[in-house]
Amino acid sequence: MELVELTIKQAHEGLALKKFSCKDLTLAYLKNIREKDGEIGAYLTVTEDLAMAKAKEVDEKIDRGEKIGLLEGIPCAIKDAILVEGEKCTSASKILENYIAPYDATVIKKLKDLGVVILGKTNTDEFTMGSSTENSAFKVTKNPHDLTRVAGGSSGGSAAAVASNMACFALGSDTGGSIRQPASLCGVVGLCPTYGAVSRYGLISHASSLDQIGPLAKTVEDAEIVFDAIRGKDLKDATSVELSSEKLQTTNYKLQTMRIGVPKEYFAKGIEPAVEKIIRNAIEKAKEAGAEIIEMSLPSSEYALACYYVIDPSEISANLARFDGIKYGLSVPAENLLDVYLKSRGKGLGAEVKRRIMIGTYCLSSGYYDAYYKKAQEVRELIREDFKKGFEKIDLLFCPVSPFPAFKIGEKADNPMAMYLADIYTIPMKLAGLPGISLPAGKIDNLPVGLQIIGNHFEENKILAIAGEMSKLLTY
Amino acid sequence: MISKDEVKHIAKLARLELTENEIEKMQKDLSSILDYFELLKKAPKLKIDRLPMSDKNLGLRRDEIVEQRREVVEKIVALTPDKKDDYIKVKNIL
Repeated sequence: MELVELTIKQAHEGLALKKFSCKDLTLAYLKNIREKDGEIGAYLTVTEDLAMAKAKEVDEKIDRGEKIGLLEGIPCAIKDAILVEGEKCTSASKILENYIAPYDATVIKKLKDLGVVILGKTNTDEFTMGSSTENSAFKVTKNPHDLTRVAGGSSGGSAAAVASNMACFALGSDTGGSIRQPASLCGVVGLCPTYGAVSRYGLISHASSLDQIGPLAKTVEDAEIVFDAIRGKDLKDATSVELSSEKLQTTNYKLQTMRIGVPKEYFAKGIEPAVEKIIRNAIEKAKEAGAEIIEMSLPSSEYALACYYVIDPSEISANLARFDGIKYGLSVPAENLLDVYLKSRGKGLGAEVKRRIMIGTYCLSSGYYDAYYKKAQEVRELIREDFKKGFEKIDLLFCPVSPFPAFKIGEKADNPMAMYLADIYTIPMKLAGLPGISLPAGKIDNLPVGLQIIGNHFEENKILAIAGEMSKLLTY
Repeated sequence: MISKDEVKHIAKLARLELTENEIEKMQKDLSSILDYFELLKKAPKLKIDRLPMSDKNLGLRRDEIVEQRREVVEKIVALTPDKKDDYIKVKNIL
């Protein structure tokens, strides 16, 4: 097995037993990036100096005979919307093209304290708005399984990096599906934690009531290791919470004792038959393993996409007001203050970002607030209630991540509504703040398809345990 | 269909300079997206009489001063496009 194919535990054992050095491991990844990333385009910045300096430190520690932690010396990639001190952080936007992060995000501080090797910053849709990375101001990330197709988005760079062995694991962020959808399209494991489970401090804000950081990894076990490393209460994010130790136990859960809900709305018109077949097959496997399958309904799901595209842009229009040509980022010289705003934002922001700022501004403007924003908040409550009722009778939900596998580059780029529909199965649970995972479940020709497993609030442990068991039953 | 003037008005509220081409495309895109929002009208009314999300931890807290490393503060100030000493320069607005 090649070094870049190892899981976190395998790489850790190799390092601890001195089968190879951290320098060897890091160089193997850097070599892979040099050879492959020209055509895939997963990385925006490769932080070679940072990576090699850390590798040296880890090797010295091992040479001294000291014990190393599980993540110590493990090479990873970070979505370019998450701040790594001293490195460029662009969120794939022209307005932040030359922005150097002044501090570490909390998740980065945690990973650095555990000794990870950071290989670089990965491509995303501009300010994480999109489902294909085609909205990146710099480049499109190609799907490693078919270079004519998208990697998904917005964490497409992170998903493609893991899928093509250009990182052992990666961090992404999920606002409406941005971890799970690219994970599904690239055939890796992607976990979107419960809202509040992981600190958002140092993640460039998209929509604050929805944004959440999570891992993309080769296996469920790896995703769990990374989630355990980054979760927890942070004084710098007032919405973050500490999980109880009971919520961290994964050993108590077996498919045999699970009641699995299958919501009919997720198999309605729009889903590709080949995707449905793979998901139904996974459900059948769970049934054979002893799980109770419960057909159910989440009736408010049909309003979720419309609800999301009111709330998300509304929050964007407020959050992105900070890009004003004054505080940081691109500033276009002009005669007066208003023109500095207009021109800096006009020049620095891309089409999709402008579109969402416009939608949000419209929905929040006088005379429209009640019809759009207030109504959407009420619908969000209906969606929450749906899930709340559902979870009284079930433990987990099984459904597709995406209605289709990776689509062609350019296929949806000019049609925002068609692109928004890519997230139709990942958005509803997000509005309820629930956790979910994308697990590789099969392929259509060579294109991966992910199974989505959704759990109740802060029940990542249940999701991870069952996803682990499922991954053994699914021939992928 | 949203009018061109409405697009221009919203763009100004949003502090975005748009080109003629962008305004035309925006008019088309916004119209189809706003049409899709009509779906929300069909959603049932909330039965419970309370503010959405009121049972959730909204993260509200009292304002407090949290110490930041001097070094970070200096880096943040250094990132501003126009400054004098420790002050950020802004265009005259009077």
